[in-house]
Amino acid sequence: MFDKQKLTSIVKEQERWERDTLNKTLARFPERQPEFTTVSGMPIQRLYTPMNVEDLDYAEDLGFPGEFPFTRGVYATVYRGRLWTMRQYAGFGTAEESNQRYKYLLEQGQTGLSVAFDLPTQIGYDSDHSIASGEVGRVGVPVSSLRDMEILFDGIPLDKVSTSMTINSTAPQVLAMYIALAEKQGVPLSKVAGTVQNDILKEYVARGTYIYPPEASMRLAVDIIEYCQKNAPRFNAISVSGYHMREAGATAVQELAFTLANGIAYVEAAMKRGLPIDDFAPRVSFFFACHNDFFEEIAKFRAARRLWAKIMKERFGAKDLSSMLLRYHVQTSGCTLTAQQPYNNIVRVTMQALAAVLGGAQSLHTNSFDEALALPSETAVITALRTQQIIAHESGVTNTVDPLCGSFFVESLTNKIEEEAMEYIQKVDAMGGAMAAIQRGFYQKQIADSAYEYQKDVEGKERIVVGVNEFITEAKVPIKLLKVDPEAERRQVERLRRVRAERDGKKVKEALEKLRKAADGNDNLMPFMLKAVKAYATNGEISDTLREAFGEYKAETIV
Amino acid sequence: MGLERRIRVLVAKPGLDGHDRGAKVMVRALRDAGMEVIYTGIRQTPEQVVEAAVQEDVDVVGLSILSGAHMTLFPKITRLLKERGMGDVLVIGGGIIPEEDILALKQAGIAEVFGPGTPIQTIVKYINENVQMKKEL
Repeated sequence: MFDKQKLTSIVKEQERWERDTLNKTLARFPERQPEFTTVSGMPIQRLYTPMNVEDLDYAEDLGFPGEFPFTRGVYATVYRGRLWTMRQYAGFGTAEESNQRYKYLLEQGQTGLSVAFDLPTQIGYDSDHSIASGEVGRVGVPVSSLRDMEILFDGIPLDKVSTSMTINSTAPQVLAMYIALAEKQGVPLSKVAGTVQNDILKEYVARGTYIYPPEASMRLAVDIIEYCQKNAPRFNAISVSGYHMREAGATAVQELAFTLANGIAYVEAAMKRGLPIDDFAPRVSFFFACHNDFFEEIAKFRAARRLWAKIMKERFGAKDLSSMLLRYHVQTSGCTLTAQQPYNNIVRVTMQALAAVLGGAQSLHTNSFDEALALPSETAVITALRTQQIIAHESGVTNTVDPLCGSFFVESLTNKIEEEAMEYIQKVDAMGGAMAAIQRGFYQKQIADSAYEYQKDVEGKERIVVGVNEFITEAKVPIKLLKVDPEAERRQVERLRRVRAERDGKKVKEALEKLRKAADGNDNLMPFMLKAVKAYATNGEISDTLREAFGEYKAETIV
Repeated sequence: MGLERRIRVLVAKPGLDGHDRGAKVMVRALRDAGMEVIYTGIRQTPEQVVEAAVQEDVDVVGLSILSGAHMTLFPKITRLLKERGMGDVLVIGGGIIPEEDILALKQAGIAEVFGPGTPIQTIVKYINENVQMKKEL
């Protein structure tokens, strides 16, 4: 990209600058610290010049938006055509309360829905299971049967809104309920848009909502990919997620590398099923965190697009350009939010959201400022949504595509993150792929090490966290938190019992028996799930049926 | 005399919540502070937590929970500990726990609750000052 002669003169000029200007300054004003690093510990130079990107080839490494290698964006016009989808993750109490929250968010200008399910729903227990006691409706909405799903989307036409569902080990039954609901609403499946997370691999690493052993879980994941490819062309059948690994402590590079390594594992599994790559790869989507380090995050997103495009083209021989697109959702980083001086979190979220937008995200959740204390209150979630709207409509950063392209620093950091992530992916390959690496505890150990290093830096004040280890105030700010109604659990359990009493028990039994038999064979289980949920078989009953077929996974603890 | 018994701590994750970054950091930090630490792993029932505390004969139980189920699970654990003759164990908690719940948790036998951002040294110091070491034979 640069003229060799000019580069030589820049090197000479830089040497002169160091001698004449820099050294004088350093002699009088030493720098604040011996080394500057990103939040992930990546060393950062004092100054970036064309020398840092002397080998950069514009056409090959950057190209044009909407074209390989997609460094500058997955679509030609990025936000000039259409803004990102503003999608706040929400759900609590019961289906009724969550439905109210969704309608409120849509009224306030949110452009997509994102469903948070409670833990029993995510781990395949009905709301009245003894293990669910105290957990119902706490971190999300309980969905035990199709009845709950009907109430959750009451008055929300499924052809008018796209819905993202954070659901993994119980994704088949929850997706089946959503599909059954679309049918009830008279919406053809070809018009239903959304995403199921369906990324079980990372659950073994972080977050922990696995049920079955990895092989059986992978089969279910591919069942969904195959089913959506054939029946729901507008549905993202998987959202390969780095977010939770990042929140568990991973560095930016580890987040990117482990996510793409998991993505490779899903692609391989789907190909092994016999699906042609260009048939399903366009519906593979991703989900990343956006942490505090502004430029590191922007570079991460740019590197992610380029790296995935190369993997799809070179490793898997994808021909269709849309197979090579890394389309992704971003959530700002929950673990950076502080319980101390909670209003400071609005500023953190704003900077993180800005980095996500400058990085070219397709969809964004901004965290609410009270999330280190409780689930978001209405005031807090609206402030978070308004943050996105202000960035979109007032900041001007959406006026041009990939505005930081060509910055010596950003391009250099993009290259470095891509290189280091690739090294990790090669390590994972050498271990036999993502599943083998996870079963060996490789990801878990790397992430736990990074988390502990970070904590030690905070403890030693090598990293300043405003309001936590510096700039501390004792004064408490009054803040009104959301309180999940303790009666919600009881109401939910009552409804579930009513559903069980009113449904046709014989139909449920038959559907579950058929599912059980199919689980022993190789058929795609989605059609069996659909039959079962339409008969109002519950999430817990379906999960138990599969527990019987597949067994339960017991993870080894890696500290 | 001579061999000093080290403080034994069980770090536990009761309930269905799988977010154990904080629990794992505490395990390492308490080990670095010279304690013997056992970690239960995620998704433990109160019964499993108490069984582990009994089996490992610990002096301290540290509970971590981010799912909001603390009001159900924490009191159940302290009650079961008492039933198993382990009422003298120091039980502390951490996670996303609203301030208004803390008083009720203390009444239920949770000695102290440490919220997000608590320095590790604060917790180490608290354990050292408040643990009642089991009498050696």
